[in-house]
Amino acid sequence: MAKKQYAFYPGCSSQKGASASNFLTSIGVMCDKLGIQLNEIPDWNCCGASIGYAEGGELPRLAISARNLALAEQHLPGQDMVSGCPACWLSSRETAERLNQFDGLMAETNEALKEVGLNLQGTVKPRHIVEVLIEDIGFAGMKEAVVKPLQGLKVAGYVGCQTNRPFGIAGESFENPQYLDMMVDAVGAEAIAGYDQKVTCCGGALAFSEPDKAQKQIRCIVESAYDHGAEMIVTPCQLCQANVEIYQSEINKKHGTKFAMPVVYYSQLLSVAYGGSVKQTGLDGYIIQPKKLQDIAGK
Amino acid sequence: MSEHNQQAVTRYRNNFLQEVEERVEDGEWVKMCMQCGVCAGSCPLGNAWQHTPQKLFMMIRAGKREEVLTSDSMWMCTSCYNCIVRCPRKLPITHIMHGLANYAHRLNLVPKGQPTREVARLFWNSLAKTGRVNELKFSLALYFKDGFVQGIRNALAMQGVGFGLMKARRLNPMELFGGHKCKDPGSLHKMIAKAREIEDRKKGFAS
Repeated sequence: MAKKQYAFYPGCSSQKGASASNFLTSIGVMCDKLGIQLNEIPDWNCCGASIGYAEGGELPRLAISARNLALAEQHLPGQDMVSGCPACWLSSRETAERLNQFDGLMAETNEALKEVGLNLQGTVKPRHIVEVLIEDIGFAGMKEAVVKPLQGLKVAGYVGCQTNRPFGIAGESFENPQYLDMMVDAVGAEAIAGYDQKVTCCGGALAFSEPDKAQKQIRCIVESAYDHGAEMIVTPCQLCQANVEIYQSEINKKHGTKFAMPVVYYSQLLSVAYGGSVKQTGLDGYIIQPKKLQDIAGK
Repeated sequence: MSEHNQQAVTRYRNNFLQEVEERVEDGEWVKMCMQCGVCAGSCPLGNAWQHTPQKLFMMIRAGKREEVLTSDSMWMCTSCYNCIVRCPRKLPITHIMHGLANYAHRLNLVPKGQPTREVARLFWNSLAKTGRVNELKFSLALYFKDGFVQGIRNALAMQGVGFGLMKARRLNPMELFGGHKCKDPGSLHKMIAKAREIEDRKKGFAS
């Protein structure tokens, strides 16, 4: 069967040696088994993330995302632009929608793009990998590829913010989205239905600037996972993953808690269930070891 | 008072709402707020805001220019988009908060040392320089923003996290010497400058 082709926008955090480099590793087995071919957009740039607003303003911010869209349009025509990072997806999608929606913005953006020798038509559709999985593969398709069901693994599905709002996954609720739990179930693990911090904000970029306020959020997210008997948290977001995992030691230091809750990507559950090893699924990229998942992957 | 701020004060006199509508991203939505307070109750950092979005909207309509633009409230926005999806009038509240913060930043009215402003500035500078954010240089710039001694203190306080990430191969010390980047940062700089020039012309910042 021919693989489905997508223009791929990895994003800064997924690059080699960056904070979510193991995410990029982890999608390899998943995409391979599900017939998804990701073609990297040549010379892509940073999307500005949400924190780019302060210095970036409106048009410079739109322009940098438009450059990625234009590169995708030019080099990988006809392919949807897929990104694994919610911030990249949000910026690209917001840009694509605004430029097509408001008079004059496309022309102004193209005036800026001329400086890099590009022109945007506005035909490319930015999507999140999770949308590809749900809409193009389907839950049945995700389940079908399982060779190693993750039986007995109790998982708190932490969706976070930007995969869920303001766009979210079509047909899902902003307050209580179900898709992540359904993906957990599809690979044979047990999604914790009562996990009440599913869409709580981890503090985002304010983890850097307002650490105490962000760590208060993170504490709730981790504590609730413990309270509901979860063995690990799973998330679709790179910043959620980093914030919720790496600041647990800081919270322990300040509050005397003994948090050591692993935080992994949904793609790692899928890739392990599809037969991926610890190394192939990026499970060797953590400070808090997801021991139980590593054991399943190592079997 | 900065030159741009003086120009804005002269131009808009007592009509701060009009100023916001014309110069702040999505500012034309402000008058649509019906003061229900759902945004205030939905914000994860709500209790850290001196003035919630609901209050800021009313203050804008009441012409409280200085109080709004010097407030550090909108800098508490984590970009979680809760307020956007819950607003019954569909105001793009997150964008308006970003817009207000950006406008206050451009007029240089932000309280000195506001930490999120510093982070935002360092993040943008990192991406604008090479086209891609260099996480290591960005973090170090942040630690050392208040001088060398404080920088060493900050770095030492976070060394556990840093070494943990290095061990997990999610932080590469070699990024200090170059790192990932776009092929032609020079033309990227020109593109960003051009976009800024057009925006400044539209928003009245051009001299």
